[in-house]
Amino acid sequence: MSVDLTKVDEILSRYGSQQRHLITILQEIQAEYRYLPREVLEHVADAMNISTAKIYSVATFYENFSLEPKGKYVIKICDGTACHVRKSIPILEKIREILSLNERKVTTDDMLFTVETVSCLGACGLAPVLTVNDAVYPAMTPEKAEKLISDLREGEI
Amino acid sequence: MIRSYEELNRFREKCAEAFDRQTRKVLVCAGTGCVAGGSLEIYKKLIEFGKEKNLNVQIELDFEDKHEGIGIKKSGCHGFCEMGPLVKIEPEGWLYIKVSLDDCEEIVEKTLKKGEPVERLFYEYEGKIYPEQFEIPFYKKQTRLVLGNCGQIDADSIEEFIAKGGYSALARALFEMSPDDICNEILESGLRGRGGGGYPAGKKWQQVSRQEEKERYVVCNGDEGDPGAFMDRSIMEGNPHRMIEGMIIAGVATQSHEGYIYVRAEYPLAVERLKTAIKEAQRLGILGDSVLGSDFSFHIHINQGAGAFVCGEGSALTTSIEGERGMPRVKPPRTVEAGLFGKPTVLNNVETYANVPLIIRDGVDEYKEVGTEKSPGTKAFAITGNVKNTGLIEVPMGTTLREIVFDIGGGIKDDKKFKAVQIGGPSGGCLTFDESHLDLPLDFDSLKKVGAMIGSGGLVVMDENTCMVEVARFFMNFTQNESCGKCVPCREGTRRMLEILERIVKGEGTLEDLDLLEEIGKTVSDAALCGLGKSAANPVLSTLKYFRDEYIAHVVDKKCPAGVCKALKSYSIISDKCKGCSKCARNCPVGAIKGEIKNPFIIDSAKCIKCGACVSMCPFGAVEEV
Repeated sequence: MSVDLTKVDEILSRYGSQQRHLITILQEIQAEYRYLPREVLEHVADAMNISTAKIYSVATFYENFSLEPKGKYVIKICDGTACHVRKSIPILEKIREILSLNERKVTTDDMLFTVETVSCLGACGLAPVLTVNDAVYPAMTPEKAEKLISDLREGEI
Repeated sequence: MIRSYEELNRFREKCAEAFDRQTRKVLVCAGTGCVAGGSLEIYKKLIEFGKEKNLNVQIELDFEDKHEGIGIKKSGCHGFCEMGPLVKIEPEGWLYIKVSLDDCEEIVEKTLKKGEPVERLFYEYEGKIYPEQFEIPFYKKQTRLVLGNCGQIDADSIEEFIAKGGYSALARALFEMSPDDICNEILESGLRGRGGGGYPAGKKWQQVSRQEEKERYVVCNGDEGDPGAFMDRSIMEGNPHRMIEGMIIAGVATQSHEGYIYVRAEYPLAVERLKTAIKEAQRLGILGDSVLGSDFSFHIHINQGAGAFVCGEGSALTTSIEGERGMPRVKPPRTVEAGLFGKPTVLNNVETYANVPLIIRDGVDEYKEVGTEKSPGTKAFAITGNVKNTGLIEVPMGTTLREIVFDIGGGIKDDKKFKAVQIGGPSGGCLTFDESHLDLPLDFDSLKKVGAMIGSGGLVVMDENTCMVEVARFFMNFTQNESCGKCVPCREGTRRMLEILERIVKGEGTLEDLDLLEEIGKTVSDAALCGLGKSAANPVLSTLKYFRDEYIAHVVDKKCPAGVCKALKSYSIISDKCKGCSKCARNCPVGAIKGEIKNPFIIDSAKCIKCGACVSMCPFGAVEEV
């Protein structure tokens, strides 16, 4: 698979090759491609004159970077303390059940949904919450989550 | 561009006049919580209706129009998140709760046009109606200083911030004080780091000032990673200029010219507001090569985190800004000697910087009037969990837990029994419904004595249906996931502790496991490399101390008193109540229920997966959970 690198070059030209910009560069690349493709990382390594190993060491350290493609809708279920004590796990279980996903398989085969947990979204006053591509959905229940997924699916047809 | 102290004062007068000409103000809460509830749509709708009715609606300060106007603003977090979306009406100080799009027309028609209240939107509690915000019990015991502007001005407007006295502390620091004076004043104020450690900020600043290396940095820790905490987020979103002002003052005091703000990636709105605030400050000459026309230069950069809890630790944070894996390092040298890019660095958190302008503006004596002797000032807390009024609060240091949970928080949700408060996130501990804990004044020192810490200020209230062993497992799972792996005690110790806790909640634990947990916990506390590792065992050690009987119930009686741990539940059918309808058997996903029609059925506990389907299906309440 070959990846279009023009966007990457654009991002690189905005920041230059100092390593202190590496995390920002990776974030922008991920915003563009929804993950960090291997070819892109190798290209970044060449362009910034940093070893590929170094880039992987950074990319794998941070939770937000993904080396696997993610679905169109990234659903993050908050399992921070406040959400946890207001029963966030049944919501996670429900969503995984509907989408036939589990702890290891996080993205649906049609590349529509990725389901993850997040430690805290800081919206604790509205617990339990989840986000779909950064939009916050407050006071969730397993039933509301089921409806949300079917709404998102319907929007696709 | 503002080129001098005098020009700033003149500009302030102009801003204040325009601000006061808005004789009516509508402040729509635009914190993350209310935004999720649709407050931005409400904001737009109010403007739309207001204009339709030919009212003099102003979305920003109007310097030209000399007529009275109605200011409609997006303000910072009002705090009462549970009741959102919130809309505040000035000058009366009314607070409308749970506002929806359908209410907008009535608000415009009644309140904006005629000055009458929409009474049905007032908060009501125990039969009493509370029109005014600060009469509501949730607000009454609060002292909102750091969050003061949240709910008073538009969070994005630098002019409104200046109208309310913003950047006057910076001007005083820049034109009337020497760097040493500033450090001394901060030291005298007793301001302690609000990020958890409680280290005196003035001392830190002095240590940086004393370094021979002249290239220095000011760094703001906005990596608020503790689950259950959102104070810093609310300050960054709702009062960004206050924090930026504090950072520039730290720059003046330590003669640094570059500032970095490290914000969690999970806070997109905060990043947006900070970017706007920085741009606005640059536009007015408050940030840049010549701050307020002086020869002092200061620039601020924003770095977004990428989802690593450990980056809230000082040395990990600076390493992350450098573009590396964010792992802590051995100290010394400390951050004040060799921090960002190996240079002396002032590193404080958001709330600490936001306190600085108050001290410089109002003076040390006034600042110290609030709070306790050793912990002056206020503290913002995020109160969440099984409590009636969740939200963001700010109280004087030394306020008791009882006041926070029962007076401000309104007690436990659904009138259940109070069980514990978890304070300080994964580094903190669990406190109990013990008189000596509830009446504990919340400050840096008294919490340490009972094995907890204020941490950044997350307060999660737990009711009787919470299993404390499960809570300990939850935190250990968090810390284990977030352990960076650099030092053995944290990497291996948290893993082993998690394994033991997982065993206990599965009903496979032993009494020896409890001793082992304690032993590993103490070792990790003693030997881990960084503050996060050192405090990782706190939730386990504090629950072992205060809720030991729950652990014993799990390991000896194989029971979970709160009924949370699935593996320790079992189901049986009460034969007297069972009519033999077979509904449970037909709905059991694993075929664990057998019996003959019209005779009592039986659950085969070996096959049962404890899903609870039979309980919810039984029309006669014959299935019992034990």
